[in-house]
Amino acid sequence: MALLQIDNLTVEFETATGWFKAVDGVSLSVEKGEVLAIVGESGSGKSVAMLAVMGLLPWTAKITADRMLFEGRDIQGISPADRRKLIGKDIAMIFQEPIASLNPCFTVGFQIEEVLRIHLGLDKKARRARAIELFKQVGLPNPEERLNHFPHQMSGGQCQRVMIAIAIACNPKLLIADEPTTALDVTIQKQILDLIMSLQAKNGMGLIMITHDMGVVAETADRVVVQYKGRKMEEADVLSLFESPKSNYTKALLAALPENATGDRLTTVSAFFDGNPEPAPEARA
Amino acid sequence: MNDTLTDNTMLEVRDIKRDYELPGSLFKPKKIIHAVKGVSFKLERGKTLAIVGESGCGKSTLARMLTFIDEPTSGDLLIDGQKVDTRPGHLTQEMRQKVQIVFQNPYGSLNPRQKIGDVLGEPLAINTSMPAGERRDRATEMLKKVGLGPEHYNRYPHMFSGGQRQRIAIARALMMNPKLLVLDEPVSALDLSVQAQVLNLLADLQDEFGLTYVFISHDLSVVRYIADEVMVMYFGEAVEYGTRDEVFSDPKHEYTRTLFAATPRADIESIRARIAKKKAATAA
Repeated sequence: MALLQIDNLTVEFETATGWFKAVDGVSLSVEKGEVLAIVGESGSGKSVAMLAVMGLLPWTAKITADRMLFEGRDIQGISPADRRKLIGKDIAMIFQEPIASLNPCFTVGFQIEEVLRIHLGLDKKARRARAIELFKQVGLPNPEERLNHFPHQMSGGQCQRVMIAIAIACNPKLLIADEPTTALDVTIQKQILDLIMSLQAKNGMGLIMITHDMGVVAETADRVVVQYKGRKMEEADVLSLFESPKSNYTKALLAALPENATGDRLTTVSAFFDGNPEPAPEARA
Repeated sequence: MNDTLTDNTMLEVRDIKRDYELPGSLFKPKKIIHAVKGVSFKLERGKTLAIVGESGCGKSTLARMLTFIDEPTSGDLLIDGQKVDTRPGHLTQEMRQKVQIVFQNPYGSLNPRQKIGDVLGEPLAINTSMPAGERRDRATEMLKKVGLGPEHYNRYPHMFSGGQRQRIAIARALMMNPKLLVLDEPVSALDLSVQAQVLNLLADLQDEFGLTYVFISHDLSVVRYIADEVMVMYFGEAVEYGTRDEVFSDPKHEYTRTLFAATPRADIESIRARIAKKKAATAA
């Protein structure tokens, strides 16, 4: 049984010109201990699809899916109270902007202990001990002291470590990382990716890595889903995706990497791809 | 004093420094931050120098000094063989026109209430006495050069995508026919496919106008593609400086090596190696 299974997910938003399909019939699944990367440009609906899984979209969004199962349990028609028990505990998410996703009014210690209090019901002493342990795990120096710091007193990389600590506080079965390193320097990016991957390997979590960076995909993923304009263009294991991409869009993306430049100009996406989001026949299955 | 300069040198920087002062208070002494600690380099006409480093290493401060936004604390700046007097009020108009800058975020660097035509016409309106009709012609011409059309003249920035906005920002920088263009992370906010288009545009414009680029970036794969010379900065100092091939094939400084090691690799051999490693780890 897959850890997370989504069949034919569609997310629509109402606009002045009618319903806009942000996600258009996407199906995917993640196994326990597997790393799935979702790649796409901005506006390809990769974040929206995962926000739909988390139930974090505003009520104005119309979400339809044939099936949305977490460990075989339906999470589409789930009651808000049941969802609150699940989200943050078994399914956790790391957001793109670490500084913006922490509450500036509370210390990071309060914010991590809140998760432990609500989901695990630990008492004050146990919460503190666990928070210190988590901060040590994500490599924050002086964890005891750090707990009393506010987000603005830390750098972007440190805030992202706090976000990761909060996400893994309850040993989630599925971790969704939404562009976890986009705002960070390459050296910090390397540290954060190494951290996420080592935690994933140790805890055997399922991991969904949302990114637009082909380098990050190459360094982390087992399997890759390529999305464009809300549609799934291709799904393949990481090696065959880079070795023999099937859809024209993936070919175009790989050709646009500066390291694959031939001659003195880069190949642009339009050279391969006419902008038609119709997926290749084999991706539709 | 110009005996070291050949005709072909566009930009020379000699031991340039910039300190920022943090004001103290009753209990806190004044603190001085050395943002750039003595950087020197020389750049030939029509070449591209890439400046690489992490946030806070002083690369943007250096860009601000090159474009006269910030005054250097000490050191010399020579552009086109002329020593620049960077004191406020001493800068000639001619010098200011020679150097232009393109900023990182195309969403923040364009005025949302200004039409694109006015964005492009404004430098001409301020710096020249060109009549409005001629300004309009020049702006339309420049729009075509950066791959947009005359129909975009009367539109507002929110009607454009990120890549198009960056094209507009580049067009605006080119309106005064500069010789040196400072590009502060011009493609880091753009998607991969759009990034390729903008990099190609920059290469085309460099050929057409004989521009010299100072290209600031933290993305080594982009730098490897576009740069002729590379400078790596770390805590305000240039720790590595050389031609692209020298730096990439034989990095001398420890930090450069760390930077290379941290850059994700997307080639098939490294993916194979990673998968093999993972299999071995799970089997053990």
